[in-house]
Amino acid sequence: MIGFISYLVNGISLGSVYAIIALGYTMVYGIAKMLNFAHGDVIMIGAFVVFSTVSGAGLPPVVGVLISVVACTLLGMAIERIAYKPLRKASKLAVLITAIGVSYFLQNVALLIYGANTKSFTSVVSIEPITLADGAMVISGETIVTVIACIIIMIGLMTFMKYSKAGRAMLAVSEDSGAAQLMGVNVNSTIAMTFAIGSALAAIAGVLLCSSYPSLTPYTGSMPGIKAFVAAVFGGIGSIPGAFIGGILLGVIEILGKAYISSQLADAIVFAVLIIVLLVKPTGLLGKQIQEKV
Amino acid sequence: MKTRNLSKLTKSNFITYGIVIAAYIIVEIFLRAGMVSSLLEGLLVPLCMYVILAVSLNLTVGISGELSLGHAGFMCVGAFSSAIFSKCMETVLPVAGIRFFLAILIGTAFAALFGVLIGIPVLRLKGDYLAIVTLAFGEIIKNVVNVVFLGRDSRGFHISTKDSISLGLEKGGEVIIKGPQGITGTPKDSTFLIGVILILITLFVVINLINSRTGRAIMAIRDNRIAAESVGISVTKYKLLAFSVSAALAGTAGVLYAHNLSTLTALPKNFGYNMSITILVFVVLGGIGNIRGSVIAAVVLTLLPELLRSLNDYRMLIYAIILIVTMIFTSSPGGREIQERIKLFFKKKKTKEA
Amino acid sequence: MALLEVKNLGISFGGLRAVDDFNLTIEQGELYGLIGPNGAGKTTIFNLLTGVYKPTDGYIMLDGENITGKKTTEINRHGIARTFQNIRLFSELSVLDNVKVGLHNHYPYSALTGILRLPKYFRVEKEMNEKAMELLKVFGLDKEADYKASNLPYGQQRKLEIARALATGPKLLLLDEPAAGMNPNETQELMKTIRFVRDEFHMTILLIEHDMKLVSGICERLTVLNFGQVLTEGETTAVLHDPKVIAAYLGE
Repeated sequence: MIGFISYLVNGISLGSVYAIIALGYTMVYGIAKMLNFAHGDVIMIGAFVVFSTVSGAGLPPVVGVLISVVACTLLGMAIERIAYKPLRKASKLAVLITAIGVSYFLQNVALLIYGANTKSFTSVVSIEPITLADGAMVISGETIVTVIACIIIMIGLMTFMKYSKAGRAMLAVSEDSGAAQLMGVNVNSTIAMTFAIGSALAAIAGVLLCSSYPSLTPYTGSMPGIKAFVAAVFGGIGSIPGAFIGGILLGVIEILGKAYISSQLADAIVFAVLIIVLLVKPTGLLGKQIQEKV
Repeated sequence: MKTRNLSKLTKSNFITYGIVIAAYIIVEIFLRAGMVSSLLEGLLVPLCMYVILAVSLNLTVGISGELSLGHAGFMCVGAFSSAIFSKCMETVLPVAGIRFFLAILIGTAFAALFGVLIGIPVLRLKGDYLAIVTLAFGEIIKNVVNVVFLGRDSRGFHISTKDSISLGLEKGGEVIIKGPQGITGTPKDSTFLIGVILILITLFVVINLINSRTGRAIMAIRDNRIAAESVGISVTKYKLLAFSVSAALAGTAGVLYAHNLSTLTALPKNFGYNMSITILVFVVLGGIGNIRGSVIAAVVLTLLPELLRSLNDYRMLIYAIILIVTMIFTSSPGGREIQERIKLFFKKKKTKEA
Repeated sequence: MALLEVKNLGISFGGLRAVDDFNLTIEQGELYGLIGPNGAGKTTIFNLLTGVYKPTDGYIMLDGENITGKKTTEINRHGIARTFQNIRLFSELSVLDNVKVGLHNHYPYSALTGILRLPKYFRVEKEMNEKAMELLKVFGLDKEADYKASNLPYGQQRKLEIARALATGPKLLLLDEPAAGMNPNETQELMKTIRFVRDEFHMTILLIEHDMKLVSGICERLTVLNFGQVLTEGETTAVLHDPKVIAAYLGE
């Protein structure tokens, strides 16, 4: 029983990382309607920035994380400005291929700077673990920080979307960018801001992910990126609570699958659950149903 | 009027076949003359494989208009099913030609079967949802193959997901799939010539399918599903048909791949979503729905990183930049304007010269 | 026996009753108009007749067969073809191929026959081409056979849609605002074409239209729809002079 609970806690911890990435992903998807394959690689860049500043330059972890968030925010905005903005009206496939190009680009930049060898990431969390049930169960500091960070981010995002002018502008653009523009919303800056927020979240996710799973390579981000998208789809893409629920569920399924079924099949189980959910509810758990007008 | 149209079409298709045959002859001459580096020679069969994959994926993405990111999964099915067959038949059927022919049929048929089985549930989904679900299926296939142990002895086949020992084979029994270590000792039956023949067959199938009643129905559904239904076209049937033919041909490419290596393993590199994406890049850069474009893009983009080899670590970076720049140049309003200007510039030059 | 018989047809979207207790009888060879103010539910009725929506009540009989709740594809095979308010052509296909898709179910050969280019392929394709060109000629589109459908001017796109619908060999043709976006000359020409189609193909036609000139010019009988319900029905001139109809149109 205690074993199960500690797996569950690990699952929620990993799920919180997925949820943070998925929150960024779902916002970007909602507004740009694109599969941003480069999103996962921003996670990796975020982790490398912390690796350089904290392990390399010896700065305090908090400073390193701040630098990473700022760097990824700027990176996200730059990617949007250079690669995606010119393709606003292009076909979905053209944008998808560009995103793949950006993903390759980021991976290879990291490869050039850091090499292909796995870097051992030093956790930025210095909170003492909590020991429960006479030492039979330990909840690590990373888990505590990750879960709390995820909850704060989700509540923060929901508040931001609901009550701030910029947040409502984002909702408006994702609903109908043409109409939003006519109502005086600056679509370009709204999209840029969405990318900025999404990338900042990716940086935080990268740091938290590598603090719990401390091996870092230029390809570290791509699978979590894909899984976060799966989480976003799972919960209903475009929905913030959906991304949160999807992320947590995904993490829990993955860890429990690893523990009780097969460690090699954990990913397959995650994907199988996604397929089943989509076949039963094609727009995800909390997604809206849209019907084509004839 | 119509006859002219038909002959124009036939001509265009013959050019595509011609390009493939001409390329084969040229490469063969260079090979005979010993002018091809061993590195490039080793790339010839993979090159054929990539062409087949690109052409077959274009059937799904370009002709049927469905975004699939699981093409490598079907390739994986073709590769493993045919490799199992070849390995089992190596002693029974020592004639490589017949054995390989049957292996191709088996790999293709199994991939087609998977295409149907996966297509039935997923083709109801659209756009990015379909993309992510096909990606998921591709990953599942790859992961499952990695945990399977398959052995054979006098009592027949044994399967396990643990390890070779739990197969409980008799003495003299043989382990065929060793989980993550895959299949070793598949006969190396793939040759450049067979690769080119398979390309030609793939082109024949895809081009003739497109230019038939079936192809028209598939494209009609792509252009306007509701209108297609209103004229009595069965959407499910034709979507599934396109998807499974596409899967079958990916399986053919998988057979070629499996019989070109002494060890066949399912890695993220060869059967993961990254492979599916690589092929999708060929299709998009070659032109959606443009079959000849897929052939050319597959060749050029496979060779490009090799040609950039002297640039070492920078080559994939350059590849990435080329990809981004090409997409912006071909698909953005600004890029199109530049294209128009270049065209205009050359036109002016021509008229001046004349 | 009437060709089309619709009884007590109704559909609700959520709580909204879009069509309620709709009845319609059309005889073989009739040219029938369905009119009504915007949002009255005319297109919804077309969508019900063609199986895009499943009715919540009532039934639809076509030529003695009950087609209620059948799929769009099956309904077309039973003999209803339609055009759309917002034109829906196969935009990337040629004009000729658009019509050939319409002929699809009447000229069968298997996918394998097509791939292997068996003799049957060439024979059937030739027949299809001839039949399609014949249809295109009726609509004056034969010279544009090789054009990409999306490159046709608007008026011709509407005609091509009708040609494609006719290619499926329907018993009943539904036209959803065929004159929308046409200038008076084009409308005149369209009226001629519709009449020609009725006479030449012995077609029964039900059309939705806002252009009263066209409606009074070619429709023999009308049903007026308002707020999802039948306001009145009958012979064209009588209906158009009905004070109730005038009131509905003027929004009183």
